Amino acid sequence: MSNNPNWRLEPERYELNAPPAYYFEVDRREFFKFLGAGVLVFCVLKDGRGLQESGTRKRPQGESLPNEIGAWLHLGENGEVTVYTGKVEVGQNIRTSLSQAVAEELRVPVDKIHMVMGDTKLTPYDMGTFGSRTTPTMNLQLRKVAAAARDLLIGLAAAQWQVDRRRLVAANGKVTDTQSKRAVEYAALLKGQQFTQAIPAEDPLIPATQWAVEGQSLRKVDGLDFVTGKHRYPSDQKLPDMLHGKILRPPAFGATLVSLDTHDAEKMRDVAIVRDGNFVGVTAPTVEIASRAIAALHAEWKSEPQPSNKELFEYLKKNPAGGEDRAEYEIGSVEKATASADHRLQQTYNVSYIAHAPLEPRAALAQWSGDNLTVWTGTQRPFGVRSELAEAFRIPEDRVRVLMPDTGSAYGGKHTGETAIEAARLARAAKRPVKLVWTREEEFSWAYFRPAGVIDVRSGLRKDGTILAWEFHNYNSGAAGIRTFYDIPNQRIQFHETRSPLRQGSYRALAATANHFARESHMDELAHLVNIDPLEFRLKNLKNERLRGVFEAAAKKFGWGRKKTAAGQGFGMGGGFEKGGNVATCVEVAVDRSSREVKVVRVVTAFECGAIVNPDNLRNQIEGANVMGLGGALWEAIEFENGRILNGRFSDYRVPRFSDVPVLETVLLDRKDLPSAGAGECPMIGLAPAIGNAVFDAIGVRAVTLPIRIEPLPA
Amino acid sequence: MAKIPLNVNGSVYDVDADADVSLLSVLRDHLDLTGSKYGCGEGQCGACTVLIDGNPRRSCITQVGSVGNRRITTIEGLVQDGRLHPLQQAFLDEDAMQCAYCTSGMIMSSVALLKTHPNPSESEIAHFMEGNICRCGTYPRIVAAIQKAAKAMKEASQ
Ligand code: FES
Ligand code: FES
Repeated sequence: MSNNPNWRLEPERYELNAPPAYYFEVDRREFFKFLGAGVLVFCVLKDGRGLQESGTRKRPQGESLPNEIGAWLHLGENGEVTVYTGKVEVGQNIRTSLSQAVAEELRVPVDKIHMVMGDTKLTPYDMGTFGSRTTPTMNLQLRKVAAAARDLLIGLAAAQWQVDRRRLVAANGKVTDTQSKRAVEYAALLKGQQFTQAIPAEDPLIPATQWAVEGQSLRKVDGLDFVTGKHRYPSDQKLPDMLHGKILRPPAFGATLVSLDTHDAEKMRDVAIVRDGNFVGVTAPTVEIASRAIAALHAEWKSEPQPSNKELFEYLKKNPAGGEDRAEYEIGSVEKATASADHRLQQTYNVSYIAHAPLEPRAALAQWSGDNLTVWTGTQRPFGVRSELAEAFRIPEDRVRVLMPDTGSAYGGKHTGETAIEAARLARAAKRPVKLVWTREEEFSWAYFRPAGVIDVRSGLRKDGTILAWEFHNYNSGAAGIRTFYDIPNQRIQFHETRSPLRQGSYRALAATANHFARESHMDELAHLVNIDPLEFRLKNLKNERLRGVFEAAAKKFGWGRKKTAAGQGFGMGGGFEKGGNVATCVEVAVDRSSREVKVVRVVTAFECGAIVNPDNLRNQIEGANVMGLGGALWEAIEFENGRILNGRFSDYRVPRFSDVPVLETVLLDRKDLPSAGAGECPMIGLAPAIGNAVFDAIGVRAVTLPIRIEPLPA
Repeated sequence: MAKIPLNVNGSVYDVDADADVSLLSVLRDHLDLTGSKYGCGEGQCGACTVLIDGNPRRSCITQVGSVGNRRITTIEGLVQDGRLHPLQQAFLDEDAMQCAYCTSGMIMSSVALLKTHPNPSESEIAHFMEGNICRCGTYPRIVAAIQKAAKAMKEASQ
């Protein structure tokens, strides 16, 4: 997938196509000033899909990586290297891994490199940091610009010394003549002049087998700022004269404001109230006063009855979004093959809505100076948020600057700019900078969720374990990882867009988690149906060498096939590929005999994503993906009713904690002959089915819903 | 509003705040000590952990008026004579962080843990640290960092 130039946005990135969060009342003249004179016809659609089809809203098309300016690098006369990239740091450690890429090619120590990231004024356009795209794209681009800079420096030295450039080598920030042994610092070659160079088209890169800096485990370049508490996250930003903001939240999704009594709040000192359509917010000198002011507002809202999580899965099946269902993939004849099969199996799998719950909730600090807006905010798409702000305030994008300080994680959940817009709206009214930090409860309710979904699988196979027919329908959760990688001659695979009761969007690994859960659970069921060991059964139906490699490596490390030693013990496996990575996961569980609580005891992950850039960081990402994946596999599910989230706080929503962590073992397969792929997402996809399959192995109960909850046995 | 004296990291400050305001807000907004983080506001995540007379406390649910003249230590107060606390060093060495938003709370809780359990087992660590959430899932590395720091502190005291 990663090498496919037609890589496109997965349909489940719903949040990118959603309509703006607010429609502010606008002065008509202002609008015309912005758009130019003419007739203005407003069509406000409730449903973002319609908006997108009628083309009224620009949306990102494909992956537009302009080759001319993907990234910038600057080497100063003081020897400092500054690198500009629109990518952002949310804990995936790219500030370090991209520095490594530059250090490698430019041959300078890592500590001489300063990365400017995600600042729309200073860095080149970037669509966003998601989809495990940084390593395959930005890493390459930066290596290319750094290599070009190195060549230029060697050329300068050659000209200065009047020698053949082939005698010269670059290392440790210097160019050295291998014959005369004289050397010169990069900075000394510059002598106050300006040089520019375009990136050469040919590939001048150092092959992975000769990497000196890349491929090493390097500590975080800014680790010291983190362990001393010095680093300023978005929620830590501050400006002189700054006010704090709070937003009045409706009691239910989609509610409209009927009336608002501001009398009591208006009497409070230093409090200002801002109302603009459905948007109501306050500013005050402290968060506490702002909260009190919000509590003093008396609002009446109107809302419609809405579905609850109890009827969620039926709802998704019964509410197509309209429009045609796209056959994602079809070969052979599923009907004929099913008719001739020895065994047939049909199963439905469900996945719940879950929340990203990044430990740092959404935050933004906004400042206007005249018609120019600057916002510091935690987002994976600073340029996308810039567009959202420009659209919300009807100002040209070049008047908006978005800066993204390294943020307290995101996991696909911070693609949108609602907090930035809210803070900016309040700041415009206050004529002072305003900071807005969402509470945990706001983050749980007003961000977007990983889509819930229903997946129907029908299959047919021969007695000997050869799969003949495979039909796979995914309702709502998404199309990422929907195709099977097993070799099956007759297939029909479809993604069905569905109306969602909740606001939904990207989540780490997207629907690959749901689709792998369904596929790999079904594979286990089929293996049991024909009494073949699940590993053998998979390998029998699988030609892809990279996938066979990870399954075999995980099984070997795990000791697959060994006898169980205790009651309630179970072993299971799951795996697949996504975003250029291949993963296989083997799991040992212990299921309590009476409570039937599932404890994951041991997880072995084999992972292969081409040439490894930073092995220790890769292990860190794989461990983290497994720990996070435990939550969605075993506990996390958003409960909701009538447009309200019922379990939107950490005391009600169970996330993985210290004592949940199993023994985690990782096998890395380093393929230096293959391009490097990202690893933030893929490693988590094998875990949930492996747990479900292990539970079946332990107690003979098949888990078909995420999170996996086994009813206790009746007393 | 009254002036509330607060002893933070060895200095005494007079803070203009209502007594029922959270200690976390006062640290972050009045004293600009933003190393302590907000993660939940209900004592569930540990991101706001500080030491009060050496004991780990969730500053988000601690009213500033309740602290009195007890000594508050935040992450900013751990560095002594320009030297990192052994736990800070161990978190660096073990790369026990991804986004690091949980890190200061994790370190503060671990400082308290090592005071009472100078040589903690893995399960003691898990038990003591259960109230600290790391959404990035770096728990195994944090456990390793704590054990490494425990060892370093023991060696230093011998
Ligand atoms: S913010 Fe205090 S425990 Fe979460
Ligand atoms: S490192 Fe991100 S929350 Fe712990």
